[in-house]
Amino acid sequence: MATLTELTLGDAVRLLNEGGTTAVGLLESLLSRIDRHDGAIGAYRFLDREDALQQAREADARRARGEAGALLGVPVSVKDLFNVKGQPCTCGSRMLENYRAPFDATVIARLRAAGAVIVGRLNMDEFAMGSSTENSAWGPSRNPWNTEYVPGGSSGGNAAAVAADLAFASLGTDTGGSIRQPASFCGCVGLKPTYGRVSRYGVVAYASSLDQVGPVTKDVRDAALLMNVIAGVDPRDSTSLDVPATDFTATLGRDLRGLRLGMPAEYFDVAMDPEVSRTVRAAIEVCRSLGAEIVPVRLPQTRFAIPTYYVIATAEASANLARFDGVRYGLRAKADDPLEMYERTRSQGFGAEVKRRIILGTYVLSSGYYDAYYLRAQKVRRWIRKGFDEVFHSCDALLTPTAPTTSFRFGEKSADPLQMYLSDIFTATVNLAGGCAISVPCGFSSAGMPVGMQVIGPALAEGTILQVAHAYEQATDWHTRRPQLKG
Amino acid sequence: MSDSTKASAGFDVAYVARLARLHLEEGERAQLQTQLEQILEYVDELKAADVEGLAPMVQAVETENILRSDEVMPGLDRDAALSNAPEHRLDLFIVPRILE
Amino acid sequence: MSWQADIGLEIHVQLRTRTKMFCGCPNAFGAEPNTHVCPTCLGYPGTLPVANEDAIRLTVRSGMLLGSTIGMRSKFDRKNYFYPDVSKNYQITQYDAPLCIGGHLDIVVDGETRRIGITRIHLEEDVAKNTHFASDSGVDFNRCGTPLMEIVTEPDLHTPEETLAFLQALKQVLQYGEVSDCNLEQGNIRCDINCSVRPVGAAKLGTKTELKNMNTFRGVFRALQHEIPRQIRELERGRSIVQETRRWDDEAGRTEAMRSKEDAHDYRYFPEPDLPPVQLTEEEVARWRAELPELPAARRARFVEQQGLPEYDAGVLVADKEVADFFEATVKAGAPSKAASNWIMTELLARVSETGGSIYSLRVTPVALAGLLQLLEKKAINGPTAKEVLAIVLAEGGDPAEIVKQRGMGQVSDSGALEGFVAQAVSANPKSVSDYQAGKPAAFEFLVGQVMRLSRGKANPQLVRELLKKQLG
Repeated sequence: MATLTELTLGDAVRLLNEGGTTAVGLLESLLSRIDRHDGAIGAYRFLDREDALQQAREADARRARGEAGALLGVPVSVKDLFNVKGQPCTCGSRMLENYRAPFDATVIARLRAAGAVIVGRLNMDEFAMGSSTENSAWGPSRNPWNTEYVPGGSSGGNAAAVAADLAFASLGTDTGGSIRQPASFCGCVGLKPTYGRVSRYGVVAYASSLDQVGPVTKDVRDAALLMNVIAGVDPRDSTSLDVPATDFTATLGRDLRGLRLGMPAEYFDVAMDPEVSRTVRAAIEVCRSLGAEIVPVRLPQTRFAIPTYYVIATAEASANLARFDGVRYGLRAKADDPLEMYERTRSQGFGAEVKRRIILGTYVLSSGYYDAYYLRAQKVRRWIRKGFDEVFHSCDALLTPTAPTTSFRFGEKSADPLQMYLSDIFTATVNLAGGCAISVPCGFSSAGMPVGMQVIGPALAEGTILQVAHAYEQATDWHTRRPQLKG
Repeated sequence: MSDSTKASAGFDVAYVARLARLHLEEGERAQLQTQLEQILEYVDELKAADVEGLAPMVQAVETENILRSDEVMPGLDRDAALSNAPEHRLDLFIVPRILE
Repeated sequence: MSWQADIGLEIHVQLRTRTKMFCGCPNAFGAEPNTHVCPTCLGYPGTLPVANEDAIRLTVRSGMLLGSTIGMRSKFDRKNYFYPDVSKNYQITQYDAPLCIGGHLDIVVDGETRRIGITRIHLEEDVAKNTHFASDSGVDFNRCGTPLMEIVTEPDLHTPEETLAFLQALKQVLQYGEVSDCNLEQGNIRCDINCSVRPVGAAKLGTKTELKNMNTFRGVFRALQHEIPRQIRELERGRSIVQETRRWDDEAGRTEAMRSKEDAHDYRYFPEPDLPPVQLTEEEVARWRAELPELPAARRARFVEQQGLPEYDAGVLVADKEVADFFEATVKAGAPSKAASNWIMTELLARVSETGGSIYSLRVTPVALAGLLQLLEKKAINGPTAKEVLAIVLAEGGDPAEIVKQRGMGQVSDSGALEGFVAQAVSANPKSVSDYQAGKPAAFEFLVGQVMRLSRGKANPQLVRELLKKQLG
């Protein structure tokens, strides 16, 4: 039998329910694997072993009392931007080095209610700004498939941990691709739910109108299982959607007959890695063989996605990150007056990429430029949304590459911010349009790095994209491949 | 395209950094000026989009009237509220003297 | 040349809600520092605002009372600026889609009614309170995030008197609307002034200055009394007015230019992505309109009609909603209405103007006042005693009937007891008796006084007169 740490979330729950292991047993095997391998991967930034063991013991006691819980006793790891009461929440930034959260994010409370054991905190690009984890103030995480390569970002710690069996499952956030791109780079599954499906309360904001919480997992079923726990309206988040509860596993196991899946030409035309294009086209053929009708579609707005995204995301970020000022929490630089306190604290606390985006966002909102940039970007956003609406009249979901390339080497793009921004080109449109999307492993490059296929659906169509991703996944074995870790 | 119509023409990183309360060192400022000019020129692509008659889109999924009733909810006790403060005294958050 | 001033106001009013604008912390004055706070109003990372529906209702109600057009679709925006009392370093406010647009309020100055235009009313969150020490400052976030309504007027006011009348009329409307307590001491209503002057007849407004830091209506009045002549003097000396913010120094009695900010303001307003827009329905607005409380004019008419008060009395009582409430509560507790009105207008309002507080902060309650007036009506005490009892209640509190009983202040109406005093007074003052009998009425009054003195003020004066007349034949 496989070792415990190789189990998916779903299998771990089953084994616990059958009495084949305990929460403490699962946790201890996970912690020992983290001890052995995370030195080379650098996925975790914080572990509170005692607290995790305490949670695991409680879960075992609950099970012994006959209590149930969808995730009772399974360890789940979270990106370092969820507030977990009593824990640090650095967001990959020096700014929050000494911060301790005084409250639980809503999704953390939901995980706890379902019996999950909150294990540790995963590395990320500072304030979720980046595509490689190279922007973490605490150093990057490494891709388990080749540690000279980036794991993607910003939820790079999530994907690295899940791919290396250093986490059973994890929660990340996705603003322009921050769940799907690292999932694609590390060969795991990453779901960005419809905006509003999952509460953002307690999740440190990058761009409020784009951020969404979602799972990074070993397979599609695990993503659905986590969604069953975390989704739902929250009175503390006015943008969370009050829609009837759904069983996200309901569509799993159905084949693809009767589904029309669009292939947007613009997602294959652009300058991209030909290996990625070839691999995704092959995956699309598998979907056809499973009964789906593949239809060519056009999304001419695609070329505007990145400029639109960077205007809107940075504008919102410039305000969201204004609160880091040294008054109520976080870093405070020594200063003689408030102005000096702000300028010094923020200069010392923020890294280069965060400063770049704050300045860009401040500029596009400033007097004389608002209409040309911010307002215009909001109108283009409407146009992008209309483009998706039209396409979804004629098909149920879209199939695209998740990212234009596979993972790249450290330093390869960090000197050129614009190149880095372009790695979000296929993902950011979905955040802008308000749909949902999932990345599922679909092969490897000749260098042995994973490739991901993205399934995009309209708002609230998680059932459909999970169905497509699951059917494809079950017809292939990419999701069962594991990187060989040294040591 | 002439310089005056370029997106970056009015961009002064020092001024914007001041609005954002970021102090930039000399080298940092020069580098950011160049990088952001490049990014802004790329962002200028937006001018090519035909947005005639389109309403700005603020929310990813558009809703309205999400309000709360006027009822007290538990907050933080004072010690918890002050526990993360870099400096506090007399139960107040302390900052360098504010000049009115 | 003769000059005319043009004055516009930006009035911030704290709304009377139970909780803050965007979180469930209590909206209450006077708590220990930083005890009405939560992660949201402290601007913690990851927190989100959720708008208080009652604050929206109260703002719309204010608009209805002031004749505004209701903005059926409104939204919130972020106003970006760094200041230690703004926990997120942006304030959530309404920029281009406020809840109320336009409106007016009539004022009466020197018997003349003038209509003052209102530009807009919007809803926002208040900031924290700073305390300044010798070498640093402290911030208390209890007030941070409480609902604040901003009323902006047209520059339709021309004199300090008009401005004061406007503020008083506005306060009356907002109190009647139960929108705000309008307690000036607690900063419930604060105002900034835009003031300019121009030659009479000139079409264009002059350059304005913005005046800040007036803590009382009196301060507003005095600041304008100072600022208008200052601007006229400048212009008459051939100088121009600098558009600037000036701070009113109440002690020194003058305005002075505030240190100019390092940067020109660039608030970078943009729509608040965390808050969906507010779409009011016709039914909702109609329901709110039907719930509007009685306004002063209607109440005045009702006092005249139902309580039989003279117009003048009714006007005095309704001028302050709390006073009118106090009056009604006193009548309801059993006091005759005219007596209640007289005693409130004279005794209580005199005390209120001495102390400067609310009528409800006096130690006499409507029930106690009604009790006192009932004793008087039943002639259980006489007028002078009633005043004495009221003084005791005002000083110490308590029930008038109890006080009268315990201290033996009841009126003596027993003719047996009084006849003794009358006989005593007559025998001790033969000169007055003969004067009275010689036709000098003043001598009779002297004798009444003597009897009252002998009874220590407790005698029923009516009865004393009767007994004296009988005795003197």
